[in-house]
Amino acid sequence: MTIGVVVFPGSNCDRDVRWAAEGCLGIPTRFLWHEERSLEGIDAVVLPGGFSYGDYLRCGAIAHVSPMLSEVAAFAARGGPVLGICNGFQILTEMGLLPGALTRNRQLHFLCEAAPLTVHPGACQWLRHYGEGEPISLPIAHGEGCFQADADTLAALEGEGRVVLRYAANPNGSVGDVAGLCNAQGNVLGLMPHPERACDPITGGTDGSRLLASLLS
Amino acid sequence: MGGRSARLSFPACGCLVSSPSYPLAEALRKEGLSRADYDEIVRRLGRAPNRAELGMFGVMWSEHCCYRNSRPLLGQFPTSGPRILVGPGENAGVVDLGEGQHLAFKIESHNHPSAVEPFQGAATGVGGILRDIFTMGARPIALLNALRFGPLEDPRNVGLMEGVVAGIAHYGNCVGVPTVGGEVAFDPSYSGNPLVNAMALGLMETEEIVRSGAAGVGNPVVYVGSTTGRDGMGGASFASAELTEASLDDRPAVQVGDPFLEKGLIEACLEAFKSGDVVAAQDMGAAGLTCSCSEMAAKGGVGVELDLDLVPAREDGMTAYEFLLSESQERMLFVVRQGREQPLMERFRRWGLQAAVVGRVVAENVVRVLQHGEVAAEVPANALADDTPINHHELLAAPPAEIQAHWQWSEAELPPADTTGITPAGQSPLSWSQVLLALLDTPTIASKRWVYRQYDHQVQGNTVMPPGGADAAVVRLRPQQGPGSLLPAQRGVAAVVDCPNRWVALDPQRGAMAAVAEAARNLSCVGAEPLAVTDNLNFPSPDHPTGYWQLAMACRGLSEACAALGTPVTGGNVSLYNETRLPDGRLQPIHPTPVVGMVGLVPDLARVTGQAWRAAGEAIWLLGVPLAGDDDADERLGLAASGYLEWIHGLSTGRPPRTDLALEVAVQALLRQAIAQGVVTAAHDLSDGGLAVAAAECCLASGLGAQLELPAGTARADRLLFAEGGARVLVSVPAAQAQAWQALLEQVPPSGAAGSPPACQRLGQVEAEAVLSIGRGGTTLLVQPLDVLGLAYEQAIPRRLAGGA
Repeated sequence: MTIGVVVFPGSNCDRDVRWAAEGCLGIPTRFLWHEERSLEGIDAVVLPGGFSYGDYLRCGAIAHVSPMLSEVAAFAARGGPVLGICNGFQILTEMGLLPGALTRNRQLHFLCEAAPLTVHPGACQWLRHYGEGEPISLPIAHGEGCFQADADTLAALEGEGRVVLRYAANPNGSVGDVAGLCNAQGNVLGLMPHPERACDPITGGTDGSRLLASLLS
Repeated sequence: MGGRSARLSFPACGCLVSSPSYPLAEALRKEGLSRADYDEIVRRLGRAPNRAELGMFGVMWSEHCCYRNSRPLLGQFPTSGPRILVGPGENAGVVDLGEGQHLAFKIESHNHPSAVEPFQGAATGVGGILRDIFTMGARPIALLNALRFGPLEDPRNVGLMEGVVAGIAHYGNCVGVPTVGGEVAFDPSYSGNPLVNAMALGLMETEEIVRSGAAGVGNPVVYVGSTTGRDGMGGASFASAELTEASLDDRPAVQVGDPFLEKGLIEACLEAFKSGDVVAAQDMGAAGLTCSCSEMAAKGGVGVELDLDLVPAREDGMTAYEFLLSESQERMLFVVRQGREQPLMERFRRWGLQAAVVGRVVAENVVRVLQHGEVAAEVPANALADDTPINHHELLAAPPAEIQAHWQWSEAELPPADTTGITPAGQSPLSWSQVLLALLDTPTIASKRWVYRQYDHQVQGNTVMPPGGADAAVVRLRPQQGPGSLLPAQRGVAAVVDCPNRWVALDPQRGAMAAVAEAARNLSCVGAEPLAVTDNLNFPSPDHPTGYWQLAMACRGLSEACAALGTPVTGGNVSLYNETRLPDGRLQPIHPTPVVGMVGLVPDLARVTGQAWRAAGEAIWLLGVPLAGDDDADERLGLAASGYLEWIHGLSTGRPPRTDLALEVAVQALLRQAIAQGVVTAAHDLSDGGLAVAAAECCLASGLGAQLELPAGTARADRLLFAEGGARVLVSVPAAQAQAWQALLEQVPPSGAAGSPPACQRLGQVEAEAVLSIGRGGTTLLVQPLDVLGLAYEQAIPRRLAGGA
């Protein structure tokens, strides 16, 4: 099992994902430069948080046309596990792997704090180690995490059980309290909270470890 | 005023002088230079400077670049010690943390830009201090900031605060360096002249510290980073004059930062330094190309020839003057080993950055600037950077009369205080509970959550003590790169910024000493050993006798305290002329604000203590000068210059307490020993609002209550509850550690703390019930549920900000 961590100019949680996966959980990682095209030997892909391309134009808008991400799209289509954290979630919506969009937080401020969440794993393979309705706490750190989707899209997502993470106390105005979404196949997860920041007891809880540990069977 | 007698050999004045080809008086005013400076420039050059050369001298001889007002005072700072690897003079100080780890750190102000354009002013302040760190070969691992604003009742101050905080968040969050701590305080003197001081810490990733002295004649000079434009022109003179409508040209006087480029610059620079191809590096901050070229040349004892036609420009038609004085952000200058420039430049282009050979090192000690094939400026490097002029000021022989009048105030002038409360002059009676609530609702004391929740304080995965959790921030010393990056680390670095500006305003020497003492005490409260200081001297104009007296006395206090506490000064920043012109034409000076940034080493992260009580039943002890039941005249603590006096009685007066440095050393040593042994589970120093506020903060951080009993006697109840000073710290001790604690208290004080054994007093215990209760002699002085206290504490700032979170 090797996790590929895609690195764009402006990514800043790439090393944090590496620390959580490899340093805390013992899962090997490899950095994938955005201009590369090879996913050889990679079993799962993480799009880390940060400000890819400075968030210029629109969060994730430039990143989603990079060479590496066309490979990641194909990898996801083959059923490969893909996790988009924060900026990575924004990129997944730009790529069309997940619906909706992430916009400026309700109060227009960047927010960095612990967010209480409830997990509804459904068919999401990344969340298979969590119970239905389980309360957990993960840190959030974003300025544009307000999830937006039209009423029909949201209703469809709800109906298909794809709203897999919800805010218990909505911090940013997301419709439906959406904190994380999964694709219909269950292999692509996008979430605004940072599970990689909750894998190390000394820096703030371990509620995120089971998410990354889902890659280990 | 004027240059001191030069030791350098410059041609005698008069032989080659020609008159300048530009209106001299206007040019000198624009550059902030005096006629005496001009005569000295002519003497050094042996001719009149051209306009571009005059601009180069203007920025290099500004307070910002050469400390022309403060240099004689800075000389007294202790700057060396066993852990100091780099002291003042380089881009940042460096301390040895042991185990092969070296920490670079520095503080810098961006006050004037933030007053004009708070968002970009604050953002570029963060960008600038980060470049000082990674220029040395260190990866930035933490940011802190010290902020000052006018009262939030004035909407202009609300706008400034919102802009500054958003600007810091914008830059720090994007560049991926956690903002882990800081302090924010409010006073009317900062209305319209906010203070924005940013401090950065970095862990060295290169074997050798990267220096800034150029070397190797013939080596190429390589420019990397962003392009050069006309932004930030004239920043030096801007910092020493009022802004007028006329000075707001069509170009912003404030630079615009791009944290995305800086993030790439950090990665590319650290890669380049590790390659061994970089001989010297200097970031382009204030005075841009002029400063970097002349400092690299002067420090290396060589010269630099620069061709402006090769500098990546973002605008057409820029003059030599504009190129040389531009303060465009995210730019660096390197001297590179000859023949290695191509692979080096490739690294930068991979990160989407500019990279170009723009000149070379020459043997002659000169900064020679070419443009369009002609010499646009040619100045001996040491004429610009060495032996720069000093403005001499007369130090007042006695404190100003106004200050002496304040020192006459005594607690006897306050209305009587009994067990129920007090009736401040001209106000309704207040119970002690109401007084405590009013203090917790004061923005300077209140929770700063509204501020720090906008900062990413967790990125890099090493933040052990986030903002609001403890008296100092704590970051684990796990490198981001290399073999150590995947190994758990047990050690950490603690950092803090402090300045009791109200005390400094009333007694600059005592106030500055207290700033150092409080910074060290805050580090000790998390169990860190204080190592070294970076200082940011924010002062009004030194041209006014009181202003210079404040600066001189504060420097004296800083020096004395740093020497006593064993924390040398490794550098810092001086920001003068912080004053606002009031509508009636008078100048409103800021409180003199010598911000002390201090770093410390945490030997064992498992022992780190925060403010929060850990468990009900634990004993609460007070370290430092004990509470005296009967009247005392101990000048080491009191209500003079206290937050209680200002915010409850409306009086900013009195002489602040004298810092007992020997007691500080003893208390802090005991505290660190107790934390290292796991005897103490929480620690919080007493600051604004004294004992009652500190106890409330420990309760609010934990959700646990406390029951305290104060000594009976004749002493005023408010002196017991709200006095400040006295090297005081509240700690909690679990029952299982009671014996070990007693043993620590009875041990002979370590040598060096002779004469002042740390006094300790048991005040009460932690309670499961969420209530803070303080009694005295069988009577309750104060009792409040934590949810009431918490509401005041948490909402003080948001409710004053329109549409606040």
